[in-house]
Amino acid sequence: MAETVLMRNFERANSHTLAVYRGAGGYGAWEKAKAMEPAAITEAVKQSNLRGLGGAGFPTGMKWSFIPKNHTGPVYLVVNADEGEPGTFKDRYLLERDPHSLIEGMLIAARAIRCALGFVYIRGEYVQPWRRFSAAVKEAYDAGLLGQGFDVVVHRGAGAYICGEETGLLSSLEGKKGWPKIKPPFPAIKGAFGQPTIVNNVETLCCVPPIVDRGAAWFAGLGTKTQGGTRMYSVSGRVKRPAVYEAPVSITLRQLLERAGGVTGTGRLKAVVPGGGSAAILTADEIDVTMDVDGLRNAGTMIGSAGVMVMDESVSIPEALLVLARFYAHESCGQCTPCRESTGWIYKMVHRLVEGHGHKDDLDTILDVAKRGAGTTICAFYDGAVGPYVSYIEKFRGEFEALIRK
Amino acid sequence: MTPQTAIAFSPEQLAEVRRLQGLYPDKRGALLPVLHMAQDTFGYVSLEAEEYVAGLFDLSPAHVHEVVTFYTLYFQQPKGRHIVAICHNLSCTLAGAKDLLAHVKRRLGVEPGETTADGRVTLQSVECLCACEAAPMAQVDDRYELNLTPDKIDRILEGLR
Repeated sequence: MAETVLMRNFERANSHTLAVYRGAGGYGAWEKAKAMEPAAITEAVKQSNLRGLGGAGFPTGMKWSFIPKNHTGPVYLVVNADEGEPGTFKDRYLLERDPHSLIEGMLIAARAIRCALGFVYIRGEYVQPWRRFSAAVKEAYDAGLLGQGFDVVVHRGAGAYICGEETGLLSSLEGKKGWPKIKPPFPAIKGAFGQPTIVNNVETLCCVPPIVDRGAAWFAGLGTKTQGGTRMYSVSGRVKRPAVYEAPVSITLRQLLERAGGVTGTGRLKAVVPGGGSAAILTADEIDVTMDVDGLRNAGTMIGSAGVMVMDESVSIPEALLVLARFYAHESCGQCTPCRESTGWIYKMVHRLVEGHGHKDDLDTILDVAKRGAGTTICAFYDGAVGPYVSYIEKFRGEFEALIRK
Repeated sequence: MTPQTAIAFSPEQLAEVRRLQGLYPDKRGALLPVLHMAQDTFGYVSLEAEEYVAGLFDLSPAHVHEVVTFYTLYFQQPKGRHIVAICHNLSCTLAGAKDLLAHVKRRLGVEPGETTADGRVTLQSVECLCACEAAPMAQVDDRYELNLTPDKIDRILEGLR
Protein backbone atom coordinates (compact mmCIF):
# COMPACT_ATOMS: atom_id res chain seq x y z
CA MET A 1 0.00 0.00 0.00
CA ALA A 2 1.10 3.53 -0.73
CA GLU A 3 2.88 5.76 1.72
CA THR A 4 0.96 7.59 4.43
CA VAL A 5 1.91 11.24 4.62
CA LEU A 6 -1.02 13.27 5.97
CA MET A 7 -2.43 10.55 8.19
CA ARG A 8 0.98 9.33 9.39
CA ASN A 9 0.23 10.13 13.04
CA PHE A 10 -3.45 9.25 13.25
CA GLU A 11 -3.00 5.84 14.85
CA ARG A 12 -0.67 7.03 17.62
CA ALA A 13 -2.22 7.34 21.06
CA ASN A 14 -2.67 11.02 21.98
CA SER A 15 -1.53 12.05 18.51
CA HIS A 16 -3.02 15.50 19.17
CA THR A 17 -0.47 16.35 21.86
CA LEU A 18 2.80 18.17 21.40
CA ALA A 19 4.82 15.44 23.14
CA VAL A 20 3.59 12.72 20.78
CA TYR A 21 3.93 14.94 17.72
CA ARG A 22 7.49 15.83 18.67
CA GLY A 23 8.26 12.20 19.44
CA ALA A 24 7.31 11.36 15.87
CA GLY A 25 9.71 13.96 14.49
CA GLY A 26 7.25 16.84 14.56
CA TYR A 27 8.54 20.42 14.24
CA GLY A 28 11.71 19.05 12.63
CA ALA A 29 10.63 20.59 9.33
CA TRP A 30 10.13 23.93 11.07
CA GLU A 31 13.69 23.74 12.42
CA LYS A 32 14.87 23.13 8.87
CA ALA A 33 12.70 25.93 7.45
CA LYS A 34 14.10 28.44 9.95
CA ALA A 35 17.46 28.08 8.21
CA MET A 36 15.91 28.62 4.77
CA GLU A 37 15.34 31.89 2.96
CA PRO A 38 11.60 32.64 2.64
CA ALA A 39 11.84 32.58 -1.16
CA ALA A 40 13.48 29.15 -1.00
CA ILE A 41 10.51 27.76 0.96
CA THR A 42 8.06 29.09 -1.63
CA GLU A 43 10.24 27.66 -4.38
CA ALA A 44 10.24 24.23 -2.73
CA VAL A 45 6.44 24.30 -2.46
CA LYS A 46 6.25 25.27 -6.15
CA GLN A 47 8.55 22.41 -7.11
CA SER A 48 6.48 19.96 -5.04
CA ASN A 49 3.47 20.55 -7.31
CA LEU A 50 1.26 20.95 -4.24
CA ARG A 51 -2.18 22.16 -5.29
CA GLY A 52 -4.81 23.52 -2.95
CA LEU A 53 -6.86 20.74 -1.37
CA GLY A 54 -9.84 22.83 -0.29
CA GLY A 55 -11.60 22.86 -3.62
CA ALA A 56 -10.09 25.05 -6.32
CA GLY A 57 -6.84 23.12 -6.77
CA PHE A 58 -4.74 26.23 -7.31
CA PRO A 59 -0.93 25.72 -7.14
CA THR A 60 0.00 26.64 -3.56
CA GLY A 61 3.53 27.92 -4.16
CA MET A 62 2.29 30.16 -6.96
CA LYS A 63 -0.40 31.57 -4.67
CA TRP A 64 2.22 32.40 -2.04
CA SER A 65 4.36 34.17 -4.64
CA PHE A 66 1.52 36.64 -5.40
CA ILE A 67 2.17 38.57 -2.16
CA PRO A 68 3.53 41.93 -3.38
CA LYS A 69 7.30 42.07 -2.89
CA ASN A 70 7.36 45.77 -2.07
CA HIS A 71 4.60 45.62 0.55
CA THR A 72 5.71 47.13 3.86
CA GLY A 73 2.59 46.63 5.99
CA PRO A 74 1.29 43.43 7.59
CA VAL A 75 0.63 40.21 5.68
CA TYR A 76 -1.85 37.66 7.01
CA LEU A 77 -2.14 33.90 6.75
CA VAL A 78 -5.69 32.59 7.05
CA VAL A 79 -6.45 28.90 7.39
CA ASN A 80 -9.73 27.80 5.92
CA ALA A 81 -11.05 25.23 8.40
CA ASP A 82 -14.64 26.03 7.50
CA GLU A 83 -15.17 22.52 6.18
CA GLY A 84 -18.70 22.31 4.84
CA GLU A 85 -18.74 20.78 1.39
CA PRO A 86 -21.29 17.95 1.47
CA GLY A 87 -19.47 14.63 1.66
CA THR A 88 -16.20 16.01 3.07
CA PHE A 89 -14.78 15.34 6.53
CA LYS A 90 -10.99 15.18 6.20
CA ASP A 91 -10.13 18.49 7.87
CA ARG A 92 -12.08 17.43 10.95
CA TYR A 93 -9.70 14.47 11.28
CA LEU A 94 -6.62 16.65 10.86
CA LEU A 95 -7.80 19.20 13.45
CA GLU A 96 -8.66 16.50 15.97
CA ARG A 97 -5.88 14.00 15.39
CA ASP A 98 -2.90 16.03 14.18
CA PRO A 99 -3.41 19.71 15.08
CA HIS A 100 0.33 20.30 15.46
CA SER A 101 0.99 19.40 11.83
CA LEU A 102 -1.28 22.32 10.90
CA ILE A 103 0.51 24.64 13.31
CA GLU A 104 3.87 23.54 11.90
CA GLY A 105 2.59 24.08 8.35
CA MET A 106 1.41 27.55 9.36
CA LEU A 107 4.80 28.43 10.89
CA ILE A 108 6.59 27.44 7.68
CA ALA A 109 4.08 29.19 5.41
CA ALA A 110 4.25 32.33 7.55
CA ARG A 111 8.02 32.42 7.17
CA ALA A 112 7.68 32.01 3.41
CA ILE A 113 5.27 34.93 3.05
CA ARG A 114 6.81 37.05 5.86
CA CYS A 115 3.69 36.99 7.99
CA ALA A 116 3.45 37.66 11.73
CA LEU A 117 -0.22 36.89 12.32
CA GLY A 118 -2.32 33.94 11.28
CA PHE A 119 -6.00 33.17 11.74
CA VAL A 120 -7.62 29.75 11.77
CA TYR A 121 -11.28 29.99 10.81
CA ILE A 122 -13.04 26.86 12.13
CA ARG A 123 -16.67 26.22 11.30
CA GLY A 124 -18.92 26.97 14.27
CA GLU A 125 -20.37 23.47 14.45
CA TYR A 126 -16.89 21.95 14.93
CA VAL A 127 -16.83 22.46 18.70
CA GLN A 128 -14.66 19.44 19.51
CA PRO A 129 -12.12 20.15 16.72
CA TRP A 130 -12.04 23.77 17.86
CA ARG A 131 -11.26 22.75 21.44
CA ARG A 132 -8.61 20.28 20.29
CA PHE A 133 -6.95 22.78 18.00
CA SER A 134 -7.11 25.58 20.58
CA ALA A 135 -5.43 23.31 23.13
CA ALA A 136 -2.66 22.54 20.63
CA VAL A 137 -2.15 26.27 19.99
CA LYS A 138 -1.81 26.82 23.73
CA GLU A 139 0.78 24.02 23.93
CA ALA A 140 2.68 25.61 21.04
CA TYR A 141 2.68 28.97 22.82
CA ASP A 142 3.85 27.40 26.09
CA ALA A 143 6.67 25.65 24.22
CA GLY A 144 7.78 28.91 22.59
CA LEU A 145 6.91 27.71 19.09
CA LEU A 146 4.30 30.44 18.71
CA GLY A 147 4.61 33.99 19.99
CA GLN A 148 8.19 34.31 18.71
CA GLY A 149 7.41 36.43 15.68
CA PHE A 150 4.29 34.54 14.67
CA ASP A 151 0.95 34.56 16.46
CA VAL A 152 -2.14 32.47 15.83
CA VAL A 153 -5.74 33.48 16.51
CA VAL A 154 -8.33 30.69 16.48
CA HIS A 155 -11.64 32.00 15.21
CA ARG A 156 -14.99 30.22 15.36
CA GLY A 157 -17.53 30.68 12.59
CA ALA A 158 -21.25 30.76 13.20
CA GLY A 159 -22.85 28.52 10.60
CA ALA A 160 -22.79 29.47 6.90
CA TYR A 161 -21.50 27.29 4.05
CA ILE A 162 -20.53 30.35 2.02
CA CYS A 163 -17.80 31.21 4.53
CA GLY A 164 -15.83 28.32 3.05
CA GLU A 165 -15.46 30.50 -0.05
CA GLU A 166 -12.22 32.32 0.63
CA THR A 167 -13.46 35.90 0.31
CA GLY A 168 -16.71 35.09 2.12
CA LEU A 169 -14.51 33.71 4.87
CA LEU A 170 -12.52 36.95 4.99
CA SER A 171 -15.72 39.04 5.27
CA SER A 172 -16.82 36.81 8.14
CA LEU A 173 -13.41 37.05 9.82
CA GLU A 174 -13.78 40.84 9.66
CA GLY A 175 -17.01 40.57 11.67
CA LYS A 176 -19.41 40.93 8.79
CA LYS A 177 -21.95 38.68 7.13
CA GLY A 178 -20.08 36.23 4.92
CA TRP A 179 -20.53 37.89 1.56
CA PRO A 180 -17.86 37.01 -1.02
CA LYS A 181 -15.92 39.92 -2.46
CA ILE A 182 -15.43 40.90 -6.08
CA LYS A 183 -12.07 39.76 -7.49
CA PRO A 184 -9.75 41.31 -8.44
CA PRO A 185 -8.25 42.39 -6.15
CA PHE A 186 -7.39 38.86 -5.06
CA PRO A 187 -6.72 38.26 -1.34
CA ALA A 188 -2.96 38.04 -1.95
CA ILE A 189 -3.13 41.73 -2.93
CA LYS A 190 -5.96 42.96 -0.70
CA GLY A 191 -7.39 40.40 1.70
CA ALA A 192 -8.19 40.29 5.42
CA PHE A 193 -8.60 43.77 6.90
CA GLY A 194 -7.43 45.21 3.58
CA GLN A 195 -3.95 43.65 3.75
CA PRO A 196 -2.26 41.03 1.54
CA THR A 197 -3.52 37.65 2.71
CA ILE A 198 -2.94 34.01 1.84
CA VAL A 199 -5.91 31.74 2.44
CA ASN A 200 -5.03 28.04 2.52
CA ASN A 201 -7.02 24.94 3.40
CA VAL A 202 -6.09 22.86 6.47
CA GLU A 203 -4.96 19.80 4.50
CA THR A 204 -2.93 21.94 2.09
CA LEU A 205 -0.88 23.41 4.94
CA CYS A 206 -0.47 19.96 6.53
CA CYS A 207 1.39 18.94 3.35
CA VAL A 208 4.00 21.65 3.88
CA PRO A 209 6.06 20.12 6.74
CA PRO A 210 6.58 16.81 4.87
CA ILE A 211 7.60 18.78 1.75
CA VAL A 212 10.24 20.72 3.68
CA ASP A 213 11.29 17.64 5.62
CA ARG A 214 11.60 15.15 2.78
CA GLY A 215 12.03 17.37 -0.24
CA ALA A 216 9.95 18.75 -3.07
CA ALA A 217 11.03 16.06 -5.53
CA TRP A 218 9.89 13.27 -3.22
CA PHE A 219 6.46 14.91 -2.78
CA ALA A 220 6.07 15.64 -6.48
CA GLY A 221 6.99 12.02 -7.22
CA LEU A 222 4.07 10.73 -5.16
CA GLY A 223 1.52 12.20 -7.55
CA THR A 224 0.98 12.94 -11.22
CA LYS A 225 2.89 15.22 -13.57
CA THR A 226 0.74 18.22 -12.66
CA GLN A 227 -0.08 17.54 -9.00
CA GLY A 228 2.18 16.25 -6.29
CA GLY A 229 1.50 14.26 -3.18
CA THR A 230 -1.21 12.21 -1.65
CA ARG A 231 -4.52 13.53 -0.39
CA MET A 232 -7.31 12.49 1.92
CA TYR A 233 -10.43 11.18 0.22
CA SER A 234 -13.61 11.28 2.28
CA VAL A 235 -15.67 8.30 1.12
CA SER A 236 -19.28 7.92 2.20
CA GLY A 237 -22.69 6.80 1.02
CA ARG A 238 -23.36 3.26 -0.13
CA VAL A 239 -19.95 1.70 0.49
CA LYS A 240 -18.97 -1.02 2.89
CA ARG A 241 -16.35 0.97 4.82
CA PRO A 242 -17.12 4.70 4.73
CA ALA A 243 -14.04 6.52 6.03
CA VAL A 244 -11.26 8.89 5.11
CA TYR A 245 -8.61 7.24 2.90
CA GLU A 246 -5.22 8.67 2.04
CA ALA A 247 -3.93 7.82 -1.42
CA PRO A 248 -1.67 9.26 -4.10
CA VAL A 249 -3.67 11.61 -6.34
CA SER A 250 -3.07 9.18 -9.21
CA ILE A 251 -5.46 6.60 -7.69
CA THR A 252 -8.50 5.89 -9.82
CA LEU A 253 -12.04 6.24 -8.56
CA ARG A 254 -12.55 2.51 -9.14
CA GLN A 255 -9.53 1.66 -6.97
CA LEU A 256 -10.73 4.02 -4.26
CA LEU A 257 -14.16 2.35 -4.17
CA GLU A 258 -12.42 -1.02 -3.87
CA ARG A 259 -10.42 0.25 -0.90
CA ALA A 260 -13.67 1.33 0.71
CA GLY A 261 -14.90 -2.25 0.47
CA GLY A 262 -17.12 -1.88 -2.58
CA VAL A 263 -20.74 -0.92 -3.06
CA THR A 264 -23.46 -1.86 -0.57
CA GLY A 265 -27.23 -1.73 -1.04
CA THR A 266 -27.91 -3.68 -4.21
CA GLY A 267 -24.16 -4.07 -4.69
CA ARG A 268 -24.45 -2.53 -8.13
CA LEU A 269 -23.09 0.97 -8.63
CA LYS A 270 -25.31 3.60 -10.18
CA ALA A 271 -23.37 6.83 -9.73
CA VAL A 272 -20.63 8.57 -7.77
CA VAL A 273 -20.13 12.17 -6.74
CA PRO A 274 -16.32 12.43 -6.90
CA GLY A 275 -15.50 15.76 -5.26
CA GLY A 276 -18.14 16.99 -2.82
CA GLY A 277 -21.75 18.03 -3.43
CA SER A 278 -20.78 20.66 -5.98
CA ALA A 279 -19.06 18.22 -8.33
CA ALA A 280 -20.85 16.93 -11.42
CA ILE A 281 -21.96 13.31 -10.96
CA LEU A 282 -20.26 10.35 -12.67
CA THR A 283 -22.09 7.26 -13.88
CA ALA A 284 -20.95 3.70 -13.12
CA ASP A 285 -19.21 3.65 -16.52
CA GLU A 286 -17.12 6.72 -15.74
CA ILE A 287 -15.11 5.62 -12.70
CA ASP A 288 -11.84 4.77 -14.45
CA VAL A 289 -10.59 8.31 -13.87
CA THR A 290 -7.63 9.42 -11.80
CA MET A 291 -8.58 11.39 -8.70
CA ASP A 292 -6.33 14.40 -9.30
CA VAL A 293 -7.34 17.94 -10.23
CA ASP A 294 -6.73 17.50 -13.95
CA GLY A 295 -8.00 13.94 -14.23
CA LEU A 296 -11.45 14.91 -13.05
CA ARG A 297 -11.45 18.22 -14.90
CA ASN A 298 -10.86 16.26 -18.12
CA ALA A 299 -13.80 14.02 -17.14
CA GLY A 300 -16.09 17.06 -17.01
CA THR A 301 -16.33 17.21 -13.24
CA MET A 302 -14.00 18.25 -10.41
CA ILE A 303 -12.05 16.82 -7.51
CA GLY A 304 -13.09 19.78 -5.33
CA SER A 305 -12.60 18.79 -1.70
CA ALA A 306 -12.37 15.06 -2.59
CA GLY A 307 -15.66 14.15 -0.93
CA VAL A 308 -16.74 10.93 -2.63
CA MET A 309 -20.41 9.99 -2.26
CA VAL A 310 -21.48 6.63 -3.62
CA MET A 311 -24.95 5.66 -4.87
CA ASP A 312 -26.04 2.11 -5.66
CA GLU A 313 -28.75 1.23 -8.16
CA SER A 314 -31.55 1.59 -5.64
CA VAL A 315 -30.86 5.32 -5.10
CA SER A 316 -33.24 7.76 -6.76
CA ILE A 317 -31.18 10.38 -8.60
CA PRO A 318 -34.04 12.95 -8.59
CA GLU A 319 -34.31 12.57 -4.80
CA ALA A 320 -30.55 13.00 -4.47
CA LEU A 321 -30.75 16.17 -6.56
CA LEU A 322 -33.61 17.40 -4.39
CA VAL A 323 -31.39 17.15 -1.30
CA LEU A 324 -28.65 19.16 -2.98
CA ALA A 325 -31.08 21.68 -4.50
CA ARG A 326 -32.46 22.35 -1.01
CA PHE A 327 -28.89 22.80 0.22
CA TYR A 328 -28.01 25.39 -2.45
CA ALA A 329 -31.28 27.27 -1.95
CA HIS A 330 -30.59 27.42 1.79
CA GLU A 331 -26.92 28.36 1.54
CA SER A 332 -26.99 30.96 -1.25
CA CYS A 333 -25.83 34.13 0.49
CA GLY A 334 -28.27 36.25 -1.50
CA GLN A 335 -25.77 38.75 -2.82
CA CYS A 336 -26.02 37.99 -6.56
CA THR A 337 -29.44 37.83 -8.22
CA PRO A 338 -28.83 34.85 -10.56
CA CYS A 339 -27.76 32.66 -7.65
CA ARG A 340 -30.31 33.86 -5.12
CA GLU A 341 -33.23 33.48 -7.54
CA SER A 342 -32.17 30.38 -9.47
CA THR A 343 -31.29 28.26 -6.44
CA GLY A 344 -34.72 29.00 -4.95
CA TRP A 345 -36.66 28.37 -8.14
CA ILE A 346 -34.75 25.25 -9.10
CA TYR A 347 -35.33 23.80 -5.63
CA LYS A 348 -39.07 24.42 -6.02
CA MET A 349 -39.12 22.81 -9.45
CA VAL A 350 -37.15 19.72 -8.43
CA HIS A 351 -39.40 19.41 -5.39
CA ARG A 352 -42.46 19.56 -7.63
CA LEU A 353 -40.99 16.90 -9.92
CA VAL A 354 -40.18 14.52 -7.08
CA GLU A 355 -43.68 15.01 -5.63
CA GLY A 356 -45.13 13.90 -8.97
CA HIS A 357 -46.47 17.30 -10.01
CA GLY A 358 -43.86 18.09 -12.64
CA HIS A 359 -44.70 19.57 -16.03
CA LYS A 360 -43.27 18.15 -19.22
CA ASP A 361 -41.07 21.16 -19.96
CA ASP A 362 -39.73 21.49 -16.38
CA LEU A 363 -36.49 19.66 -17.12
CA ASP A 364 -35.58 21.94 -20.00
CA THR A 365 -36.57 24.97 -17.93
CA ILE A 366 -34.26 23.89 -15.08
CA LEU A 367 -31.39 23.28 -17.49
CA ASP A 368 -31.97 26.63 -19.17
CA VAL A 369 -32.15 28.57 -15.89
CA ALA A 370 -29.13 26.72 -14.48
CA LYS A 371 -26.90 27.31 -17.49
CA ARG A 372 -27.84 30.96 -17.96
CA GLY A 373 -26.65 31.85 -14.46
CA ALA A 374 -23.33 30.03 -14.71
CA GLY A 375 -20.35 32.36 -14.67
CA THR A 376 -22.41 35.46 -13.86
CA THR A 377 -21.86 35.67 -10.11
CA ILE A 378 -19.22 37.05 -7.76
CA CYS A 379 -18.07 33.68 -6.43
CA ALA A 380 -18.01 30.03 -7.50
CA PHE A 381 -20.95 28.97 -5.30
CA TYR A 382 -23.51 29.12 -8.09
CA ASP A 383 -21.24 27.38 -10.60
CA GLY A 384 -20.91 24.68 -7.95
CA ALA A 385 -24.69 24.30 -7.86
CA VAL A 386 -24.92 24.14 -11.65
CA GLY A 387 -22.60 21.10 -11.68
CA PRO A 388 -25.16 18.82 -9.99
CA TYR A 389 -28.27 20.47 -11.53
CA VAL A 390 -27.07 19.87 -15.07
CA SER A 391 -25.22 16.58 -14.69
CA TYR A 392 -27.90 14.79 -12.67
CA ILE A 393 -30.58 15.71 -15.20
CA GLU A 394 -28.51 15.18 -18.34
CA LYS A 395 -27.04 11.84 -17.26
CA PHE A 396 -30.20 10.43 -15.67
CA ARG A 397 -32.89 12.18 -17.70
CA GLY A 398 -35.00 9.04 -17.98
CA GLU A 399 -35.40 8.86 -14.21
CA PHE A 400 -36.65 12.44 -14.09
CA GLU A 401 -38.99 11.94 -17.06
CA ALA A 402 -40.50 8.87 -15.40
CA LEU A 403 -41.71 11.17 -12.61
CA ILE A 404 -43.68 13.36 -15.01
CA ARG A 405 -47.21 12.26 -15.83
CA LYS A 406 -47.75 12.06 -19.54
CA MET B 1 -38.67 30.55 29.85
CA THR B 2 -36.53 32.18 32.46
CA PRO B 3 -37.44 35.79 33.19
CA GLN B 4 -35.46 38.32 31.20
CA THR B 5 -32.56 39.67 33.22
CA ALA B 6 -30.73 42.84 32.36
CA ILE B 7 -28.60 42.45 29.24
CA ALA B 8 -25.05 43.14 30.41
CA PHE B 9 -21.76 41.24 30.62
CA SER B 10 -19.93 40.86 33.93
CA PRO B 11 -16.67 42.83 34.43
CA GLU B 12 -14.73 39.61 33.70
CA GLN B 13 -16.66 39.13 30.47
CA LEU B 14 -16.06 42.73 29.47
CA ALA B 15 -12.35 42.16 29.98
CA GLU B 16 -12.64 39.10 27.72
CA VAL B 17 -14.44 41.21 25.09
CA ARG B 18 -11.57 43.70 25.13
CA ARG B 19 -9.02 40.87 24.91
CA LEU B 20 -10.83 39.38 21.91
CA GLN B 21 -11.09 42.77 20.22
CA GLY B 22 -7.36 43.26 20.67
CA LEU B 23 -6.58 40.06 18.76
CA TYR B 24 -7.77 41.49 15.45
CA PRO B 25 -6.31 44.34 13.37
CA ASP B 26 -9.79 45.87 13.55
CA LYS B 27 -11.78 45.15 16.69
CA ARG B 28 -14.85 44.32 14.62
CA GLY B 29 -13.14 40.99 13.86
CA ALA B 30 -14.21 39.90 17.35
CA LEU B 31 -17.91 40.36 16.57
CA LEU B 32 -18.68 36.68 15.87
CA PRO B 33 -16.88 35.41 19.00
CA VAL B 34 -18.57 38.06 21.15
CA LEU B 35 -21.97 37.15 19.72
CA HIS B 36 -21.25 33.52 20.68
CA MET B 37 -20.51 34.82 24.20
CA ALA B 38 -23.72 36.85 24.23
CA GLN B 39 -25.76 33.81 23.22
CA ASP B 40 -24.09 31.60 25.85
CA THR B 41 -24.75 34.25 28.50
CA PHE B 42 -28.24 35.48 27.63
CA GLY B 43 -29.65 32.27 26.09
CA TYR B 44 -30.24 33.78 22.68
CA VAL B 45 -29.43 36.95 20.77
CA SER B 46 -32.40 39.24 21.33
CA LEU B 47 -32.73 42.67 19.75
CA GLU B 48 -31.69 44.07 23.14
CA ALA B 49 -28.57 41.89 23.11
CA GLU B 50 -27.77 43.05 19.57
CA GLU B 51 -28.04 46.66 20.71
CA TYR B 52 -25.82 45.97 23.70
CA VAL B 53 -23.16 44.23 21.59
CA ALA B 54 -23.36 47.02 19.00
CA GLY B 55 -22.45 49.45 21.77
CA LEU B 56 -19.34 47.41 22.60
CA PHE B 57 -18.18 47.67 18.98
CA ASP B 58 -19.29 51.23 18.16
CA LEU B 59 -21.49 49.74 15.46
CA SER B 60 -25.09 50.49 14.65
CA PRO B 61 -27.53 47.83 15.90
CA ALA B 62 -28.55 47.32 12.25
CA HIS B 63 -25.04 46.12 11.38
CA VAL B 64 -25.11 43.61 14.23
CA HIS B 65 -28.61 42.49 13.24
CA GLU B 66 -27.40 41.90 9.70
CA VAL B 67 -24.69 39.60 11.05
CA VAL B 68 -26.90 37.76 13.55
CA THR B 69 -29.51 36.99 10.91
CA PHE B 70 -26.93 35.75 8.39
CA TYR B 71 -25.61 32.82 10.44
CA THR B 72 -27.53 29.71 11.49
CA LEU B 73 -25.93 29.25 14.92
CA TYR B 74 -27.31 32.47 16.41
CA PHE B 75 -30.82 32.15 17.81
CA GLN B 76 -33.06 35.20 17.68
CA GLN B 77 -35.72 33.56 19.83
CA PRO B 78 -35.43 31.64 23.10
CA LYS B 79 -34.29 28.09 22.38
CA GLY B 80 -34.64 24.82 24.24
CA ARG B 81 -32.17 23.76 26.90
CA HIS B 82 -30.77 21.34 24.31
CA ILE B 83 -30.40 21.50 20.54
CA VAL B 84 -30.84 18.36 18.46
CA ALA B 85 -29.71 19.09 14.89
CA ILE B 86 -30.20 16.21 12.49
CA CYS B 87 -28.19 16.31 9.27
CA HIS B 88 -30.36 15.98 6.17
CA ASN B 89 -27.73 16.31 3.47
CA LEU B 90 -26.85 13.67 0.89
CA SER B 91 -24.76 11.04 2.69
CA CYS B 92 -27.04 11.11 5.73
CA THR B 93 -30.08 10.83 3.46
CA LEU B 94 -28.47 7.81 1.75
CA ALA B 95 -28.13 6.30 5.24
CA GLY B 96 -31.73 6.88 6.29
CA ALA B 97 -31.79 10.41 7.72
CA LYS B 98 -35.34 10.96 6.50
CA ASP B 99 -36.69 8.10 8.60
CA LEU B 100 -34.53 9.17 11.54
CA LEU B 101 -35.92 12.70 11.42
CA ALA B 102 -39.49 11.38 11.17
CA HIS B 103 -38.83 9.20 14.22
CA VAL B 104 -37.44 12.11 16.27
CA LYS B 105 -40.33 14.36 15.23
CA ARG B 106 -42.79 11.75 16.54
CA ARG B 107 -40.82 11.26 19.75
CA LEU B 108 -40.59 14.94 20.54
CA GLY B 109 -43.91 15.99 19.02
CA VAL B 110 -42.35 18.98 17.27
CA GLU B 111 -41.33 19.97 13.76
CA PRO B 112 -37.80 21.18 12.88
CA GLY B 113 -37.39 24.74 14.14
CA GLU B 114 -39.73 24.14 17.08
CA THR B 115 -39.09 23.62 20.79
CA THR B 116 -40.84 21.07 22.99
CA ALA B 117 -43.53 22.57 25.24
CA ASP B 118 -41.39 21.90 28.34
CA GLY B 119 -38.52 23.90 26.85
CA ARG B 120 -36.28 20.85 26.88
CA VAL B 121 -35.32 20.38 23.22
CA THR B 122 -35.21 22.47 20.06
CA LEU B 123 -35.23 20.24 16.98
CA GLN B 124 -33.42 21.24 13.80
CA SER B 125 -32.90 19.69 10.40
CA VAL B 126 -29.54 20.96 9.16
CA GLU B 127 -27.12 20.90 6.24
CA CYS B 128 -23.96 18.79 6.07
CA LEU B 129 -22.10 18.63 9.39
CA CYS B 130 -19.21 16.83 7.69
CA ALA B 131 -19.28 13.52 9.51
CA CYS B 132 -20.58 11.56 6.52
CA GLU B 133 -18.48 8.50 7.37
CA ALA B 134 -20.80 7.96 10.34
CA ALA B 135 -24.14 8.71 8.70
CA PRO B 136 -26.82 9.26 9.72
CA MET B 137 -25.66 11.66 12.38
CA ALA B 138 -26.75 14.63 14.43
CA GLN B 139 -25.26 17.35 16.54
CA VAL B 140 -26.64 17.31 20.08
CA ASP B 141 -25.50 20.52 21.77
CA ASP B 142 -21.68 20.46 21.45
CA ARG B 143 -21.38 16.78 20.57
CA TYR B 144 -21.50 14.88 17.31
CA GLU B 145 -23.63 11.74 17.71
CA LEU B 146 -22.68 9.24 15.05
CA ASN B 147 -24.10 6.17 13.30
CA LEU B 148 -27.57 6.85 14.67
CA THR B 149 -30.42 4.36 14.84
CA PRO B 150 -33.88 5.01 16.32
CA ASP B 151 -32.81 3.17 19.50
CA LYS B 152 -29.60 5.12 19.81
CA ILE B 153 -31.23 8.51 19.36
CA ASP B 154 -33.96 7.50 21.84
CA ARG B 155 -31.33 6.84 24.50
CA ILE B 156 -29.65 10.17 23.73
CA LEU B 157 -32.96 12.03 23.93
CA GLU B 158 -33.77 10.38 27.26
CA GLY B 159 -30.48 11.68 28.64
CA LEU B 160 -31.38 15.30 27.90
CA ARG B 161 -32.88 17.02 30.92
